[in-house]
Amino acid sequence: MKADLSPRTKMFLYGLMCVLLIPFVFPTWWMVTSSVKPISDIFAFPPQLVPQTYDWTTYSKVFELQPFVTQYWNSAYIAALVTAGTMLVSSMAGYAFARIRFPFADAIFMVVLLGLLIPSEVTIVPLFQMFLKAGMVNTHWPLVLVPIFGAPSVFATFVMRQFFISLPVELEEAARVDGLGRFKIFTRIALPLAKPALASVAIFTFLHSWNLYLEPVVFLSSADKFTLPQALTQYTDAYGGPMWNIQLAAATLTALPVLIIFIIAQKQFVEGLAHTGLKG
Amino acid sequence: MTVASKPTSLHHRSSYWTVARRDSLAGFLFIAPQLIGIIIFVLIPLGLVFWYSLHEWNVLANTFTYTGSANYQMLLEDPNLPAVLGATAIFSVGLVVFNLSLALLLALLLNQKLTGISIFRTLFFSPVVVSLVAWTIVWGFLLQKNGGINGMLLSVGIEGPNWLREPVTAMISVIVVQVFKNVGLNMILFLAALQGVPKELYEAARIDGAPRFKQFRRITLPLISPTIMLTSIITIVGSLQVFAQIAVLTQGGPGVTTTVLVYYLYQQAFQFHFFGYGSTLSIMLFAVVAVLTFAQWQMRKRIVFYES
Repeated sequence: MKADLSPRTKMFLYGLMCVLLIPFVFPTWWMVTSSVKPISDIFAFPPQLVPQTYDWTTYSKVFELQPFVTQYWNSAYIAALVTAGTMLVSSMAGYAFARIRFPFADAIFMVVLLGLLIPSEVTIVPLFQMFLKAGMVNTHWPLVLVPIFGAPSVFATFVMRQFFISLPVELEEAARVDGLGRFKIFTRIALPLAKPALASVAIFTFLHSWNLYLEPVVFLSSADKFTLPQALTQYTDAYGGPMWNIQLAAATLTALPVLIIFIIAQKQFVEGLAHTGLKG
Repeated sequence: MTVASKPTSLHHRSSYWTVARRDSLAGFLFIAPQLIGIIIFVLIPLGLVFWYSLHEWNVLANTFTYTGSANYQMLLEDPNLPAVLGATAIFSVGLVVFNLSLALLLALLLNQKLTGISIFRTLFFSPVVVSLVAWTIVWGFLLQKNGGINGMLLSVGIEGPNWLREPVTAMISVIVVQVFKNVGLNMILFLAALQGVPKELYEAARIDGAPRFKQFRRITLPLISPTIMLTSIITIVGSLQVFAQIAVLTQGGPGVTTTVLVYYLYQQAFQFHFFGYGSTLSIMLFAVVAVLTFAQWQMRKRIVFYES
């Protein structure tokens, strides 16, 4: 046990942490408050930490200038599909690599792990050509298929494998004696026990898909197909300069829901990810 | 398996499909989606990108001609390449050093017994869940010449630079923005590792009169070294993939001072439509990632105190 800290040390630590917090917290505050300032105030000097007058018309412009609702839906459904798909693919593959003995298992595992070595940026040119040939450019297929089955899901498979290795094997052996097949052992015994690992896979997969930027920029070209990260940068004036207040309003609408969910469920979030790290 | 008369086929079936064989089949079926996905979306594209890199690809004229090593020759002679590699190296090294040291500092602070510490943990972690481009846009806004940061500097009488338009400050800016966005992840991994260090060790060290700094160097650091290894691999490979921040904040500028390899690749392939040369750059990115991962894997034997 560590000795209790003296009051003076405590004050120092609190003070230090508050100063360190500024670059973590202030940008979000500045984003939200600037988004409701009239355009004349957003670059005002001295900076207004709290808006002095409010202008809500920015928010209606977010929806007027671009099909923002559609774009929001695009991001949300793609992230949901990718998350569900990755959980399925990675838990099955992870389970098989951890538990089932089949020919060439080690060799196949090494091949799959190659995905960790090859970031999707390396293969973006041929992927674009392949999807172009398949007629899938400017559709959401590349943004759904590549993350679920390609390189991004390998890390999830690895996490699931590590988790299943750590599970006691006795439960499954008892089920085998009772005559359960592999598939039922997987769905009825192993998978329900894997909830913590699945939760962390779900969290980082969702965030990865939600943040994806290079792939949408490469694959999508019409505004009603855009995902949110791409849409945010499209609020520009006639000279290509950013319309700051509108970008900030759209950014607020993008960031706040996830932030609120995080604050409500922060314990699961943080512990889930820490868990991943320890096992990974 | 033969399907002869019914009773024998049933008999054959049960004798052929032993537990081991059924398990093998189940294993293949379970890994099939992942394996087929890796073949289609990783291995075939990797082969193709190498194949493309040996060709001159003119999109407008729709020609695709074999040119052997011409693209690699071009790579060696590319006047931008030293600057691009330099920017990539500075960005990655700066990011990793700043990220890991800040993550460790924050984890050490959060590991103290203080009331309300979990609120601090939540707040330090919060940028991780803020949409990447939203986060980058706000920082871009803050870093404008007449933006919030310079406004606040001016209130205390300092005239700030045009952060994103001057070479040195632009590079510092993209590094800092990225670190604050994601340092929370490494912080949490370090915190979990710190909490796994047996408390008795510190107890024993204190009885022996070891000062705090020595405890940190001799107990904490060796025991969390597997986590340091893991986070540095993740962070380095991640730093080579940074694209959105560059695209939003600096577009690689001023000049090519913040044009990292991925951004250069994107420009060559998707803005200038040099798909052949873009593929050559992809091969180079692959080589860099592979060499770095391999080097770290080798180093782990010397650095890591034990295997978790």
